[in-house]
Amino acid sequence: MPKLTISDLTKIKEQHKSAFTVREGGARAKVIVHMGTCGIAAGARKIVETLLDEINLNNSHDVIVTTSGCAGLCSQEPMATIEIAGFSPVKYVKLDEMKTREIFKKHILNGEIIEKYALVSGNETQI
Amino acid sequence: MNNYRLNIMLCGGAGCSAGGNLKIKDALIEQIKNKGLDREVSVQMTSCNGFCPQGPIMIIYPDNILYQKVSLKDVASIVDEHLIKGKIIDKLIYKEPAKKQSIPVMKDIPFFNKQVLRVLRNKGLIDPESLEQYIARDGYQAAGKALFEMTPEDIIDLVKKSGLRGRGGAGALTGMKWEQCAKIKAPQKFIVCNRSIIEVEPHLIIEGMIICARAIGASKGFIYVRSIPVLIDRLQKAIDQAMENGLLGEGILGSDFNLELEIFKSSDEFVCGEETALLMSIQSKRGMPTPRPPFPVEKGLWEMPTVINTVETFANIPLIILKGAEWFRSAGTELSPGTKIFSLSGPINNTGLIEVPMGITLKSVINDIGGGVVKGRKFKAVQVGGSTGGYIPEEFLSLPITYEDVTQMDAIIGSGGIYVISDLNCMVSSAKFTIEFAVDESCGKCPPCRIGTTVLFDLLNNITQGKAKPEDIDLMEDLSKDIKNTSLCGLGQTAMNPVLSTIRFFRDEYLEHINEKWCKAGVCKELCTFFVDKEKCIGCGACARVCPKKAISGEKKKPHNIDQTLCIQCRACYETCKFNALKVGPRHLREELMIKMDEQKPPDATINNIEEIKQENKEAL
Repeated sequence: MPKLTISDLTKIKEQHKSAFTVREGGARAKVIVHMGTCGIAAGARKIVETLLDEINLNNSHDVIVTTSGCAGLCSQEPMATIEIAGFSPVKYVKLDEMKTREIFKKHILNGEIIEKYALVSGNETQI
Repeated sequence: MNNYRLNIMLCGGAGCSAGGNLKIKDALIEQIKNKGLDREVSVQMTSCNGFCPQGPIMIIYPDNILYQKVSLKDVASIVDEHLIKGKIIDKLIYKEPAKKQSIPVMKDIPFFNKQVLRVLRNKGLIDPESLEQYIARDGYQAAGKALFEMTPEDIIDLVKKSGLRGRGGAGALTGMKWEQCAKIKAPQKFIVCNRSIIEVEPHLIIEGMIICARAIGASKGFIYVRSIPVLIDRLQKAIDQAMENGLLGEGILGSDFNLELEIFKSSDEFVCGEETALLMSIQSKRGMPTPRPPFPVEKGLWEMPTVINTVETFANIPLIILKGAEWFRSAGTELSPGTKIFSLSGPINNTGLIEVPMGITLKSVINDIGGGVVKGRKFKAVQVGGSTGGYIPEEFLSLPITYEDVTQMDAIIGSGGIYVISDLNCMVSSAKFTIEFAVDESCGKCPPCRIGTTVLFDLLNNITQGKAKPEDIDLMEDLSKDIKNTSLCGLGQTAMNPVLSTIRFFRDEYLEHINEKWCKAGVCKELCTFFVDKEKCIGCGACARVCPKKAISGEKKKPHNIDQTLCIQCRACYETCKFNALKVGPRHLREELMIKMDEQKPPDATINNIEEIKQENKEAL
């Protein structure tokens, strides 16, 4: 292996950025895919894979994907909630690969909410 | 670089590794692969998480979920439920001790959220064997800055301004030490890192040593380690990686600065924690301290100027270089700035390795981070500073932990041990135990320590056996002070702390032992009598079951009784009883109870009095 110099240090740091966004928090956008039995049956796994693929393609260090249980709206699965820091969360329903890629590009990367796929803006409140 | 959705970090500290995390890692990787998640989920080992008693520990990012006491059986449900469905597995979650409430997120657990992580900032976050991950967390940036942007004088100035004090025990100012060494002209200078027992990532130590070597002009360094194979392997791996990548050896990071590092495996002698003894042992001589002056900074290894600092001191250096003296001083107090790592143990709810700002109170460490004393026990004292630290009683718990304050209590910061003891412990026995350790570990070079500790041990032993006179306490106090003042090295100077502090704060307990022949904690076998409090005993029989001598008898649901002729004072019953029905009496009580038992024995039955006895029994029933 070649000897490292100061500029190499910075390069290595850049390469590992996404791993530390995942570990340390501070992500700009968080996508929650609902993975109840209903979600899995409707194809939520594919949505997760597509999202990860998009993250890799676009080298988006600041986006994280997590999963959660059933959102209570089983007929609308697969669903995903997108939380962008500073904005209220948006739920998208009846997703497929194409829609997911479109949402990733428009909403996650550029902040445009795609209303035709969205269910509602906001989350249920807990008392 | 693949971007993973979930990062599973398994604690790779010595405890968790031994507890099964290595096997769990393999099983996880296999099952993740079987479910086709291997491009989504990464599994890695990290340095010690510090929450050792709850191990094996696993943290799942990005949600920061901490799973404790994980076993191989749990792997399948972690993969199916958590990794796929995002469901948290409740049985593996930390439970708050008082209310049994589950706390899934690591940062919400009081043990973690009261800590200030600087030296340990990468714990649970990176693989200590990965150079790249260390670099990704600003690793070697400080070394680069020190080599290219700073002169040796700049480095020393900055370290002096930070006020960093040696984390080894005495708390000498690190910057001053370096400055003294830098001033001396010599053909060769050395740096030595003392006792690598702490589980910080090895590259942090290497980086700190590079900066120190640059500041004083050394080209060779030793890392003196205790023989813990896992840690030595990890350290050697890191040194090899650094050599291969031009971070050690010749021309570090493309500069003209050279440094070679070597691991020296110690023989684990306690006295070799003392710097001059340590240096002797590196030179292949018997590990014995030498008088100072000359100090190692003047004449150390092979008569050459040598800076010797502890692991934790070196580990603080890169951060000071990167973030500055002001930032360093933002934690801690004016005279003791920064943070300190402690090993917290004893009968409290959370124990482990912690990093806290200096100046935090003992109370906060024990009650907030430690979660307080376990249910059913009462706090008695806390030993601060490891095996030669003094015992501090409850009324001084608001004491801030700083070098200045702790010394006033006859305790030391020392190796950073905080050991809580409960009402089950006897202070005289505790002092005796630590002096016995000093007797064993004294190297024998100077008479005060060699002879003094033995005499002191005999005096303490007499007290625990009821053979002492009240004057002995003053004798011990005088003797301890003399040993402390005249010993050559830190061992003799600090080993008296437990005796001095217990006499100072628990003199009553010494007097009870001597005058009343009564060890109220029930530890000194010669000075106690265990008996059952008939009003509190519910007759559950738990004590009778644990008694190795079958000395306890009684009918179910009726108060039990101890046969004093059989009792060996093992105190198994005392520790078992949940109803506080077992009591400790003074020594003479045993004889009284034996006589009483003889009197209580029913007279032998004969034809003449059989009706009488029957009548008595009926009344009793």
